[in-house]
Amino acid sequence: MAISMDKNVVKYVALLARLKLTEQEEDKMARDLGDVLKYMEKLNELDTSNVQPTSSILGITNVLRDDKPVPSGIEDKILENAPQRQGRFFKVKRVLEK
Amino acid sequence: MNYPLMTALELRDMLARGDVSPSEIVRIAFAEIEKQEPRIHAFVEVFTDRAVERANELEQIPKEKRGPLWGVPVAIKDNLCLSGKSTTCASKILEGFVAPYTATAVKALEEAGTIIIGRTNMDEFAMGSSCEHSIYGQTRNPWKEECVPGGSSGGSAAAVASGEVPLALGSDTGGSIRQPAAFCGAVGLKPTYGRVSRYGLVAFASSLDQIGPIARNVGDAALLLKVISGHDQYDSTSLDVPVDDFSDSVGAGVRGMKIGLPQEYFGQGLDTIIKERILSTVKNLEEMGAGVEEISLPHTDYAVATYYIIAPSEASANLARFDGIKYGWRSTQARDLREQYAETRGEGFGIEVKRRIMLGTYALSAGYYDAYYLKAQKVRTLIMKDFHNAFKKVDAIITPTTPTTAFRLGEKLSDPLQMYLADVFTIPVNLAGLPAVSVPAGWTEQCMPIGLQVIGPALKESNILKVARAVEQIIQTKK
Repeated sequence: MAISMDKNVVKYVALLARLKLTEQEEDKMARDLGDVLKYMEKLNELDTSNVQPTSSILGITNVLRDDKPVPSGIEDKILENAPQRQGRFFKVKRVLEK
Repeated sequence: MNYPLMTALELRDMLARGDVSPSEIVRIAFAEIEKQEPRIHAFVEVFTDRAVERANELEQIPKEKRGPLWGVPVAIKDNLCLSGKSTTCASKILEGFVAPYTATAVKALEEAGTIIIGRTNMDEFAMGSSCEHSIYGQTRNPWKEECVPGGSSGGSAAAVASGEVPLALGSDTGGSIRQPAAFCGAVGLKPTYGRVSRYGLVAFASSLDQIGPIARNVGDAALLLKVISGHDQYDSTSLDVPVDDFSDSVGAGVRGMKIGLPQEYFGQGLDTIIKERILSTVKNLEEMGAGVEEISLPHTDYAVATYYIIAPSEASANLARFDGIKYGWRSTQARDLREQYAETRGEGFGIEVKRRIMLGTYALSAGYYDAYYLKAQKVRTLIMKDFHNAFKKVDAIITPTTPTTAFRLGEKLSDPLQMYLADVFTIPVNLAGLPAVSVPAGWTEQCMPIGLQVIGPALKESNILKVARAVEQIIQTKK
């Protein structure tokens, strides 16, 4: 028996992810994510109270270098990719209310 | 010459002798692509003009300055940047994006003298196991067109297996090189995490992603691996360690090597014919002087659940950058900036990518972090320890690459969990950061390829190449 995710949770997570979903997609997500999260419960079979989490398999924490600026030489190519631009700026929709 | 069946090394030698020129090879490759594409659709774009120019350039290089793959055609997956060309990850959200720089691994390809022929199809943002989640439409398995080529590097595997190009680059986050290689009857290798620079590879899950070679035989894969390996100042996770001459390992033989067979990989859910073929190949390896013992990797059964928390979590963060501001698709349906983000992402991402962003965002959100993400990171430690303990006793581990051969188009599309479980044998390797290769180990009675996976200790690509080459020899004598 599949367990759906609460539709309000789906809407809230979509808001966090800045992801507009259609009504139909919300229903699908509720079903699919419910199934997948149910499957993940199997991890609770394991006692991990004395296990350290792994975030990097290399065991590297920080890789440091001198903070020296160098020219990339590709500024124009980057700007050419902008969907909308004004001079050397990316143009976006209004951010603040008038 | 029989171009579609030739290995990169054979082509390289013909080119070096002057039997054929790079320009002629380019013409032959495009003729083959034109013949195969209507059937398999491996490429999303071919770089015809660029390849012709590049061949002319290569012909100007004096003999003593030519790279080890001078004149050999290659393909790259559509998530690798090549300056001046589009990189889209088979997604609408990257529509129109032109790479401003070249990925380090791709640059290494060109420095070795290869000719980049085009970019290959994939599941959108490398999320998928069938190459069906692509805005360009599906790629088909060269062995049977009703079947998937595997994914996400399905285009690269199909291009190599069908004879279009002898070599291709793919990327592997949970099996995306090895699984399509197995489904298409090619050799696909995922290097140790950190062996190859990820600079210029569009990030999916940064603690798991690696670029690697797909080839027609083990010798070619070894050479391509050497070409792309090494430290890169632009990727701080790339390792500053010596790069072996992997080609030397190929053919060194397996005498005296100890090989482990993990019981967890040979149980329920594995096709009988795959099990038989893998075990009979292992028996042959024993006859060649390898020692074989049964081992246990007790946390194998938890790998898929662990992976589908960690990978989507990392993906939800990595894919936040696709918002319609600096490049790619931008929605016109928005009144303010916040709406523009959400509308752009809603229109630009396909359903599987949305599913994973939602899953990852949920797993990382307040109140759920400890239960999902932290828990998964701890189980990841247990999975790594399993391998660590096993490699105290053995030099390499053999498993099937996949539990079944290539499945039919559409078969798993409506059930995401079933699709996720298709990667059950490849995922643990990424979680542990180890090198692994899939090599063909025969065919079913329906002529579908079977893949055998060899897993090695970190940075011991030489071990897995030795075993893979021995497997290749066994299969060649049986044919």
